[in-house]
Amino acid sequence: MHVDYITRIDRKYVSLGYDPYRWVVNEARPPWQPLRKPLSRCRLGLIASGGIYVTGQVAFHYKDDTSFRAIPREVITEDLRATHFAYDLTDARQDPNVVFPIDTLRRLVKEGIVGELADHAYTFMGGIYSARRVREHLAPRLTERLLAERVDALLLVPV
Amino acid sequence: MGLIARHAEAAGISTLCMSSALDITRAVNPPRAAFLDYPLGHTTGKPGQPALQRRILLEALEAFTSLEEPGSIKILPFQWSEDLTWKATAQMGDDDRLSRHDTPQYQTEEDRLRAESRDFAALRVCRCSECAG
Repeated sequence: MHVDYITRIDRKYVSLGYDPYRWVVNEARPPWQPLRKPLSRCRLGLIASGGIYVTGQVAFHYKDDTSFRAIPREVITEDLRATHFAYDLTDARQDPNVVFPIDTLRRLVKEGIVGELADHAYTFMGGIYSARRVREHLAPRLTERLLAERVDALLLVPV
Repeated sequence: MGLIARHAEAAGISTLCMSSALDITRAVNPPRAAFLDYPLGHTTGKPGQPALQRRILLEALEAFTSLEEPGSIKILPFQWSEDLTWKATAQMGDDDRLSRHDTPQYQTEEDRLRAESRDFAALRVCRCSECAG
């Protein structure tokens, strides 16, 4: 049995008197780019939507924030912060690796399992209501950064 | 997140989407996904357990090569606990989401002061127009 989040959130919207949320349903076959080389020789990018920022950066707000933050791969883990309106932040604030696996990935690079990390990881605040704004505003700007950093493979970590 | 994965994959980058919500991931249909059946807020593991976090990512990253059909989802072989009451709570529990304020929501007051300071040299963080919110 898996948690049915769509049903849960639909029920919540109805109870608040809102119209049902129009979930994105992509029936078309997704694009497909096989890895061009083994992971041990890839430059891996990381994008996470758990609301992670570095102390000193402006934090995310909770109302369709489509901005993102660039976090250097050598960031000090203790400088990472978590803010989000839709999940219990207790564990992410104790150990950001539960939603932003930076230490885990740095370890896999050291072990030679992953080639290297891109210069920056990118983070944003998930739960953006408008799929159109993600598609037209956020996704193209993130992809542009990834291409500029010559990322071969990308790990995406939603919350 | 699946929308961003589809966008990046179309631009020639091989992507893998982690997931804690199988139904949402199936609907958005990213190129490749790895599902970890943990409560929200634990997409890549449990806090303070680096060995477990490592095993989870190793299992997940393997999907870059093992998944051969676009839209496939690898189910990762981990379970949160023997006791499944967290699922009933996640399904039926109270709405604990916070209000959607449109001002920055800092973890600490100290963070706010740092972010609002103009002492960029001391900050050592990216403050490009994107990062400055």
